[in-house]
Amino acid sequence: MPDIADRQKLSYIAAQAADARLNVELETEGMTLNIGPQHPATHGTLRIIVRLDGEQVIWAEPSAGYMHRGYEKLTEVRTFPQVTALVNRIDWLGSFANEVPFILAAEKLMQVEAPPRAQWIRTILFELSRIANVSLFLGDLGVQLGAITPVFMAFRDREYVLNLIESATGGRFHPNFDRIGGLKDDLPAGWITETKQVMKKLRNFCDEIEALLFGNEIFQSRLRGIGVIPAEVAKQYGLSGANLRASGVDWDLRRDQQLPLAYDKVEFKVWTHPDGDSFARCWIRLQETREATLIVDQLLDGIPSGPVMAKVPRIIKVPAGEAWVSTENPLGEMGYYVVSKGDLGPFRVKIRSASFNNISIVPWVLRGVYVPDVISILASLYFILGDIDR
Amino acid sequence: MGKPQIPGLLKGLGVTLGTMMQTIKPKRLGGGAATVQYPHEKETPPIRSRGVIALREDNCTSCMLCVRSCPDWCIYIEAHKELAPPRRAGGAPRKVNKVDRFDIDYALCMYCGICVEVCPFDALFWSPEYEYSEPRIADLLHDKTKLGEWMETVPEAPALEAGAEKKKGK
Amino acid sequence: MSLLAVDLPYWAQSLLRVLGGTVAVLLPAGTIVYLFLFKMMSFMQSRLGPMEAGPYGSMQLFAEVGKWLQKEDIAPARADLKVFRAAPLVVLMSTFLLVAVVPFGPDAYFTNFDAGVFYMLAVSSISTLGILMAGWSSANKYSLLGGLRAAGQLIAYELPMVLSVLGVVIQAGTMNLQVIVIKQNSDSIFGWNGLGYPYILTQFVAFLVFMISVQAELTQTPFDMPIAESELVSGYMTEYSGFRFLIFFIAEFATAGVFALIASVLFLGGWGIPFSWAGWDPTDLGSIDNWMNFGGPLIMFTKMMVLTALIMWVRFSYPRFREDQLQRFAWKVLIPVSLVNIMITAIFKVAF
Repeated sequence: MPDIADRQKLSYIAAQAADARLNVELETEGMTLNIGPQHPATHGTLRIIVRLDGEQVIWAEPSAGYMHRGYEKLTEVRTFPQVTALVNRIDWLGSFANEVPFILAAEKLMQVEAPPRAQWIRTILFELSRIANVSLFLGDLGVQLGAITPVFMAFRDREYVLNLIESATGGRFHPNFDRIGGLKDDLPAGWITETKQVMKKLRNFCDEIEALLFGNEIFQSRLRGIGVIPAEVAKQYGLSGANLRASGVDWDLRRDQQLPLAYDKVEFKVWTHPDGDSFARCWIRLQETREATLIVDQLLDGIPSGPVMAKVPRIIKVPAGEAWVSTENPLGEMGYYVVSKGDLGPFRVKIRSASFNNISIVPWVLRGVYVPDVISILASLYFILGDIDR
Repeated sequence: MGKPQIPGLLKGLGVTLGTMMQTIKPKRLGGGAATVQYPHEKETPPIRSRGVIALREDNCTSCMLCVRSCPDWCIYIEAHKELAPPRRAGGAPRKVNKVDRFDIDYALCMYCGICVEVCPFDALFWSPEYEYSEPRIADLLHDKTKLGEWMETVPEAPALEAGAEKKKGK
Repeated sequence: MSLLAVDLPYWAQSLLRVLGGTVAVLLPAGTIVYLFLFKMMSFMQSRLGPMEAGPYGSMQLFAEVGKWLQKEDIAPARADLKVFRAAPLVVLMSTFLLVAVVPFGPDAYFTNFDAGVFYMLAVSSISTLGILMAGWSSANKYSLLGGLRAAGQLIAYELPMVLSVLGVVIQAGTMNLQVIVIKQNSDSIFGWNGLGYPYILTQFVAFLVFMISVQAELTQTPFDMPIAESELVSGYMTEYSGFRFLIFFIAEFATAGVFALIASVLFLGGWGIPFSWAGWDPTDLGSIDNWMNFGGPLIMFTKMMVLTALIMWVRFSYPRFREDQLQRFAWKVLIPVSLVNIMITAIFKVAF
């Protein structure tokens, strides 16, 4: 086995060879352009290699991995509470949503169910993180297309949601609030009335964005008919979330799964769109934000009283077994496959993140589009780098 | 591209004009910017906000549970054993842990709160204090004196919502 | 110049003209940057903008200038250095050449061309050259893309500008900007000369086309494909830093100001107030009071602020067009509309 210095040298040479192969294979015609990894348009350090013929793309390939933090390796040497704290940081905009499938998988292995009050509050916080995530998408969409004003409105109104999450959990971006068997703490007094007011403000924000951005004819002409993904192709590439629903597939894990969350106690509409173009994807996310505010309103009215934590031992050792749980996260379908051997921590966790599959369609959808459309299609697919690279 | 219909474009202009007017309106009429002019005005963070970890040294028995449970291993404890007077007269002297060094490296700390939760003796508390930045990263390693000073900023736990279970103790 | 009571030698007059030209270019640039870019944009985004440098951030402009001046002057190793260094100067030069023909008062002008409009339209395309030079010499694929887009866009939008201004020229019957101003302030609408006859009333369509073309000539959103910040990271300006970037920056806002000045001359009546208010005689320029030479620039400044506010308002509210949509809009919508406008203007001019 060659020592570390030799291995590093070998991998460096291999990387250079790969790059050279790239250049040699494709340097026949057109101009190779690197979009990223440092670029204002990609939501983080994503590198997309495109070959252009003038302004048209003839070949594109995403090259992810610039933000790989080794999550699955980290979880091998951490206990369950520590993994919960780490997992917040995968999709850092809607971070409570990352904890939920993991905790549900662990609870499945322990065969313990959280009390009803905990399930309701979990669902409320899940929907709040969805609102926080997608409202930033709506603002950022403007920036990708050149409208610099909506993003400030998005941040302004998202502050209210983050303040809510902070007053309940203590952390704006990384709540670290879910525990095996329930939640860490109960809600502070006055939280329910405040949340209802914030939901009203967010509905106003959605109307404002609709008037400022979606009603704008320039915006519509930039997005309509661009990046059409038919339903079959979407299913083959493993798209999920709003991307799948925008192609007309009626797929929502909140409604279709029987998880110990409070979704079966509320009524909500699952939005689909037949077109499958960029405009459909963005429009669906706008509607979903509104729908999320309505779900939160319904949930707030009926929180059952009781404890927020089930009877679990102080030091938790999850029994041996394997469990898979996936939920409808803001970015798509996120799932955890937890393998436990009866220790304090998991033996192996496989994280199925939504954005990784969502950008697998980039080579297919970017063929033949113009460079500005590359940016608008990437914006409409909506990925977070932490979710792609983990 | 067809001829643009005017309303959509004009509505957008109206939204930006409305926002501008809202920002220009004086504060006593309900207007003003959405931003806070730090450091002239400061916002108070919520009670549960995780700003900094404070240490109550008297309660700490250096059981090392927080050190083991930190995901980043940023807590450093050194302690020695001492003999304390017996509880009842005529009994044997008790061996007690005395903490020499309790450092938290805030350059590594993830602010996850596992140490605060796991401490069985209520020695660690969350405080919403956030203005402790230092020009050098090495200065972010705070010792037990500083951690003890932050105990004064620890607020009372907030009252809970209706329907919560009444809890005894913490 | 009868502007001053004292008779100055020619070199002093030229010096005054140079100073006046510099002020006429830099003062609008500075005011526009502060009022609109720092303050109006911030208010539209629910924030206050720079507040620390000076009271209400008024010194922020000087701080910015100082910051850009003290930056290192970097040029890429493979760039074509002569062209790279000359490009920003070419862009700024077109602004100074443009302002030379704008009248600020009955006697406060730099030159009084008989073909003022023609000169103005010709000189405004020099900036296209500067942008192409910047994009191509930067040895950067992004800059090249930006420069090529800019060339296509700017040339495409020259035509609507020319055609929309032709309507004004037909109505005024002259290409001399000073005469256009006097005509607007002294003519009468259907016999009533209380308001003069600003051409915006009859040439409203031409005014709209002109403002849209100006927005495109300045590469402002929604026509800022050449800059396209989220794609090309400043497009043709990417490789510039320090003083050269400052020149591009100043040129952008100075040109906005100068185009607004020209628009106010052509459509809003320029430096004048309706002559009937002060009893001046349009045929005898000497009858206009001398204080008009100082009031004229102020009036021009106000009108320029109003028009620039409009340009900036649209800039902050809309997303950007794609390059082919841009071109389609210019060739298939703006040019036919302005041609129809010319036709109708000519018919009415002959009929009435």
